Amino acid sequence: MSNVVTQTKQFVDGIWKEEIDVRNFVQLNITPYEGNGDFLCGPTDNTEILFDICMKAVQEELANNGVRSIDPDVISRINSHAAGYISKEHEVIVGLQTDELLKRAIKPYGGARVVEKACSEHGIQLNPQVKEMFANYIKSHNDGVFDAYTDEIRTFRSLGFLTGLPDNYARGRIIGDYRRLALYGADRLITQKEQDLQNLTGPMTDARIRLREEVNEQIKALKEIKALGSRYGLDLSRPAENAKEAVQWVYMAYLAAVKEQDGAAMSLGNVSSFLDIYIERDLQEGLITEEEAQEMIDQLVMKLRMVRHLRMEAYNEIFAGDPTWVTEAIGGLSLAGGHKVTKNSFRFLQTLYNLGPSPEPNMTVLWSSSLPKGFKEFCAKVSVDTSSIQYENDDLMRCTRNADDYGIACCVSFQEIGKHIQFFGARTNLAKTLLLAINSGRCENTGAQVINGVPALKSDVLDFDEVMANFKIAMKEVARVYVESMNIIHFMHDKYYYERAQMAFVDTDPKVNVAYGIAGLSIVADSLSAIKHAKVTAVRNEDGLAVDFKIDGEFPFYGNDNDSVDLLAVDVTSHFNKQLSAYETYKNAEPTMSILTITSNVSYGRKTGATPDGRARGIAFAPGANPMHGRDTHGAIASLNSVAKLNYEDALDGISNTMSLIPKTLGNDENSRMRNLVAILDGYFNRGAHHLNVNVLNRELLMDAMDHPEKYPQLTIRVSGYAVNFVRLSRDQQMEVLSRSFFDKF
Amino acid sequence: MSNVKTLLFSEKEVKRDLLNIHSIESFGTFDGPGIRYVLFLQGCPFKCLYCANPDTMKFEDGKEYRIADVVKEAMNMKSYYTNGGGVTVSGGEPCCQAKKLISLFEQLKIEGIHTALDTNGHVMNQYVKNLLELTDLVLLDVKHINDSMHEIVTGKSNHKTLEFANYLREIEKPTWLRYVLVPGLTDKPEHLHELGEYFKDFKNVEKLEIQPYHTLGEHKWEHLGMDYPLKGTPVNTKDQLDKAKEIFEQYFKEVVVN
Repeated sequence: MSNVVTQTKQFVDGIWKEEIDVRNFVQLNITPYEGNGDFLCGPTDNTEILFDICMKAVQEELANNGVRSIDPDVISRINSHAAGYISKEHEVIVGLQTDELLKRAIKPYGGARVVEKACSEHGIQLNPQVKEMFANYIKSHNDGVFDAYTDEIRTFRSLGFLTGLPDNYARGRIIGDYRRLALYGADRLITQKEQDLQNLTGPMTDARIRLREEVNEQIKALKEIKALGSRYGLDLSRPAENAKEAVQWVYMAYLAAVKEQDGAAMSLGNVSSFLDIYIERDLQEGLITEEEAQEMIDQLVMKLRMVRHLRMEAYNEIFAGDPTWVTEAIGGLSLAGGHKVTKNSFRFLQTLYNLGPSPEPNMTVLWSSSLPKGFKEFCAKVSVDTSSIQYENDDLMRCTRNADDYGIACCVSFQEIGKHIQFFGARTNLAKTLLLAINSGRCENTGAQVINGVPALKSDVLDFDEVMANFKIAMKEVARVYVESMNIIHFMHDKYYYERAQMAFVDTDPKVNVAYGIAGLSIVADSLSAIKHAKVTAVRNEDGLAVDFKIDGEFPFYGNDNDSVDLLAVDVTSHFNKQLSAYETYKNAEPTMSILTITSNVSYGRKTGATPDGRARGIAFAPGANPMHGRDTHGAIASLNSVAKLNYEDALDGISNTMSLIPKTLGNDENSRMRNLVAILDGYFNRGAHHLNVNVLNRELLMDAMDHPEKYPQLTIRVSGYAVNFVRLSRDQQMEVLSRSFFDKF
Repeated sequence: MSNVKTLLFSEKEVKRDLLNIHSIESFGTFDGPGIRYVLFLQGCPFKCLYCANPDTMKFEDGKEYRIADVVKEAMNMKSYYTNGGGVTVSGGEPCCQAKKLISLFEQLKIEGIHTALDTNGHVMNQYVKNLLELTDLVLLDVKHINDSMHEIVTGKSNHKTLEFANYLREIEKPTWLRYVLVPGLTDKPEHLHELGEYFKDFKNVEKLEIQPYHTLGEHKWEHLGMDYPLKGTPVNTKDQLDKAKEIFEQYFKEVVVN
């Protein structure tokens, strides 16, 4: 690669020159690619040498209870640690979170006790000084939240009605427009923020004061990012001047974010086609070869795969497999027409061959049936080979949200890059909420009175209208408490653990949405279907709590393209979403809702008593919006069609569906598998569906991986909204994955 | 999208039209081109020794489905038919319910949906002829070319199947032949050659699909309290499948192993 930085061909000018507007730059300079993957290159020797080192480190990590090493002394900040390398001479893209590969840093601002516990679970003692500071002098997000929580919220939380709330870990989900560092350089971004600050004058309301403080924090972060660059010999004050710098600059901006924060999900955004512009220019000028272009992307992706956060074991219950959700959105169309697939879209997917399958970065294809055929077929092939891609409906999101420069926050959620952020809101257990309707507002496990105003049912033979009326009361109350908890959490997160490094790459006063979630939708739909179409009798214990249900007669299950049950799921989703929208929110965030569980469907199930659909107490829910395992008896497409009926407008934060297929079921040979998968994706999304995870795997392979994890360090499977290394899941979670509907022919 | 219900039938008539169905598979990839909505109809005149779905044999079993519901579900799959997919009726033996299938296929054709009929060719009558007019592709299962072997395998002669095949040839109906290759029962090279010779000049036959023998249906026989007639029969070796393919390729332009 040429080391001489020369001013090469100029980019097409536009508004982006005057204002911070990366989208405009992309629109004017993108080179859409219509072809197939034939141009792609394999990994270079440098890449392979580095990746061998990484894989050895990952093996050590797995062998050492999931953590290779911890730095218990230095609080992680943008500039806290010395430069780290995998093997400096082989790296074209540099930068690690700490001074050593896979060494995890402490980030106690979210909650110091959690950090202490995470350390001690791995036999490490948190530096006593740090402990002392957070015990007596520094307040964390976690401290703040619990100072404000009401008794009611605590009850909801402890009984499992609200779970996974980001009240003792960082909320994540905010995506910085990391491309800005490459396009503008830190100095220009600082100038812009300083201007914004000058314009933020009185009256000095709470909101205005807070914003002024935040912008100043952002400016400090940008200055520290320049210093971070200096540690690696990079001048981040100026724009990137070539492809290698552009990749490096974007990564440095992202690196600053993951050094400061340990957010549950910290997406990368939508960088691949942006980077293609620089790569394409360098290729045209003969400055780099295709092999070198691939090497940059391989090494960027390798770095992203090595991002780690320090978590305590309990975290694994909700987010299994040590995920980081470095989600990258690829493809999609532009509002003006035309698509945004570039050669670099292919290069990103090619990393799944060059470096093998992987959950991270969480590759998300923004699908439209109008994408070029070559790209669609390549995606399908990569899915069949690696099970590492998820798909989201670009036509739906682009048109509904009127935006085409967006990324995916966390797993499935739309977020316009640099213009819009979201507040992550975990999820509520809708199946338990239904049981409140049957138990006069009492918790089905403990008998504790959770909500008031739910009348006792007149008979143990459940009457649909009566249960539905009670369920609506319960939903209203649960929504109220849920919104209150979110307002407290995000108020405190801004106050004690503000994401200055990410917000430095976002417009000064962005749109905000708060992202609520529900779990157990299919259980609720099937339960209501049973009550409506069959005869369900509650079996109550001496305390009057329904501990079991007797079902006489047949009823249709959600997942078979049958309106008489599917529309119950649609209505409940719509109704609960409306309840959530009825309350005031912190920062006037727009309320949105997701149907997404991550891996929490297992723990949610464990905390939920028997339900009227015949599900026994403790049994795992289906993930996300999936139909319950084994009940979708009409095959994969009918199952997809049921999920496709859920309205995106009722769940703007995303509707997650995970499909697992046996390779042979998908088709007889490689070509027919590829074409059938393209047809499935076109068919599903043309019915207005939002999201699909695709696994193409044999159950036997998974069973073998349970017994011989050492043979499958890279085995990747898609779960609700993200992917995990199968071998990092707990036995319970592995069993749950195995019990899911694998669509096979026989 | 047009309103299916008003096209051909009043509500009352639709209610009378019930199909006796064993099961529905909305994601069929082996029963015709593309992604198929496959209806497995209940009841079959054959009692094949290797039957993988013995629970489809009895005419008195099964579940009644309204044709209107079937049409609706098939219509909901339209967006998935982009690579040649459509609806396949299989079984059991679908031609035993040909009269009712006519109205199903009529509605599907109006909606522009590709129709395939997976049959053993044992039933032929005016209804079947009418049904074939509405059928885009026939998947004809030839169980054995040798009549006495056919009787051993299925309990019936193969005369009707071959007549059926000749009728398809006469009306130039696109046809895929399907042949279950059972070690020691249907895989003798001379029989494969005989089958090839018989069909080689059928211009309507587009391809032959070899269906490897599998034992996945064995537990169903036991579940139904019946002895599995082919107990102990091994599945095909790759070599056996290759050899059969090689023979068939001498007669057919396309041969695939499913």
